[in-house]
Amino acid sequence: MTLLVENITKAYGGQVVVDHASLRVDTGGMVGLIGPNGAGKSTFFSLVTGFIEGEGGAMTLDDRAIGSLSPQARAQAGMVRTFQVPREYTHLTVRENLMAAAPGQAGDSLLNVFFRPGRVAEEEKALAIRVEEAIAFLRLGAVADTPAGMLSGGQKKLVELGRALMTGAKLILLDEPFAGVNPVLIEELSERIRELNARGIAFLIIEHDLGALSRLVPMLYVMDRGRIIASGAPADVLADPLVREAYLGGTT
Amino acid sequence: MEAYLVAIAIVAAIYVLLALGLNLQYGLTGIINFGHVGFFCVGAYTAALLAEKGWPPLLSFSAAAALAMLAAWPMGLISLKLREDYFAIVSLGFSEVVRLVVTSEKWLTSGVQGITGIPKLFGGLATGLPNSLAVLAVLVAVNLLAIAAMRRIVTSPFGRTIEAIRDNEEAVKALGKDPAAFKIQVLMLGAALAGVAGAFYAHYIGYISPDQFIPLVTFQIWMAIIMGGVGRISGALAGTFILMLFLEGSRFLRDIMPFISEVEMASVRLGVVGLALVLFTLYRPTGLMGDFTRK
Repeated sequence: MTLLVENITKAYGGQVVVDHASLRVDTGGMVGLIGPNGAGKSTFFSLVTGFIEGEGGAMTLDDRAIGSLSPQARAQAGMVRTFQVPREYTHLTVRENLMAAAPGQAGDSLLNVFFRPGRVAEEEKALAIRVEEAIAFLRLGAVADTPAGMLSGGQKKLVELGRALMTGAKLILLDEPFAGVNPVLIEELSERIRELNARGIAFLIIEHDLGALSRLVPMLYVMDRGRIIASGAPADVLADPLVREAYLGGTT
Repeated sequence: MEAYLVAIAIVAAIYVLLALGLNLQYGLTGIINFGHVGFFCVGAYTAALLAEKGWPPLLSFSAAAALAMLAAWPMGLISLKLREDYFAIVSLGFSEVVRLVVTSEKWLTSGVQGITGIPKLFGGLATGLPNSLAVLAVLVAVNLLAIAAMRRIVTSPFGRTIEAIRDNEEAVKALGKDPAAFKIQVLMLGAALAGVAGAFYAHYIGYISPDQFIPLVTFQIWMAIIMGGVGRISGALAGTFILMLFLEGSRFLRDIMPFISEVEMASVRLGVVGLALVLFTLYRPTGLMGDFTRK
């Protein structure tokens, strides 16, 4: 699944937050998006996933224009995001969080719940098996029956990743997956992302933790004051004087 | 005394139907519905008017449920696009509009004079206790049916998704499901229950007028589910029981405090319920039965 973003722009009352930004994620690709605080990265994510509306530009997913689709429709098309501050279903258990994320469930219709309970139960059984696989893969077994609201920050990020997996997404947008996560879990999380990428799922990752991200992605975009100022392999991008000035504040 | 207890039980059973619907809407889905009484009103008037025309109860009750549901549908379409706090205001407005329409459309509803002489259910039975007991039995059966339906919903994938909506609507969207579709169904189902409750109410009291359908009724149901425990079926039951205990129990306060007049007593009753609500939120914020935060 190829995501192509061209010249998207967003301004809040004259303040341009995202300024003609373009970016490309190829099928099965792994792309990072870095930038200093307030560079417009999260706004960029919200534009791409349809949570806010932009001004001009074009977005396509496998050549299909998605610019006017609702967030739900974009997710159904195979592109699913996570959030910088995890949005877990607080009172549902980890297992229920993952179960709820599966699309197209017969049991999501009240008519089926009341009049076709057999079919609903059958689907639930099949779904439960898939969920157990995801839980094992993400090493969440110990907390599977814990309400998600009680998990640590890192575990919540894993739950969000797990939910995205359950949707069958082909492209997952991670918003600062390493923020507030302890170093051991960062390595875990990176490893899981690598494995999923090897299975063919593409990733676009916003991150602040330069070290972890540059080890993870072969392709990096740098955003500063709403504009993409550089792109390329992490080593090249980070050596770019423009990037060093904008992002690292001139430190050497 | 028996007649009195049965009478209270009937009113309580009607309130439980209202509480179950509101619990589905707020406790499970997070919809802040401040206009519950509007659907109750639609149900009551529908049943009363159709009974006047000689419809059999089974049909008129179904029509009451259907019409209440139908009233919920456009409101849902328009306003579920709004943020939840705005929805609260819109729903309150809706119930007031219903009351005003019922007040002004005199050709249909006889306005403020109300509709009198609504026939009792089971008119064949002797009036008094046998009749009331039959009504109570039917009400209990309807309540059991509603509770069974609620249990089925809570344990279903649908129930899981509406709880997900309550916990984080944005995340539900981000994962590709449309919260509005679920919320409209929940709104309509709760409205149908309120409509049936209204039909029972009209037939039991025998007289309905617009001033019986003021927002206070909505907020009494809110008090019930908050005291009983939001998001729990048992909470709706327990909460209604506590509410009735306070509303009716304070009637007997006059026996020990004869210096309070009947008129003042109405205010004292409200004060007592208000105090109970404050004490509950202070000392037992999850309600008597606990709420969804302690699954």
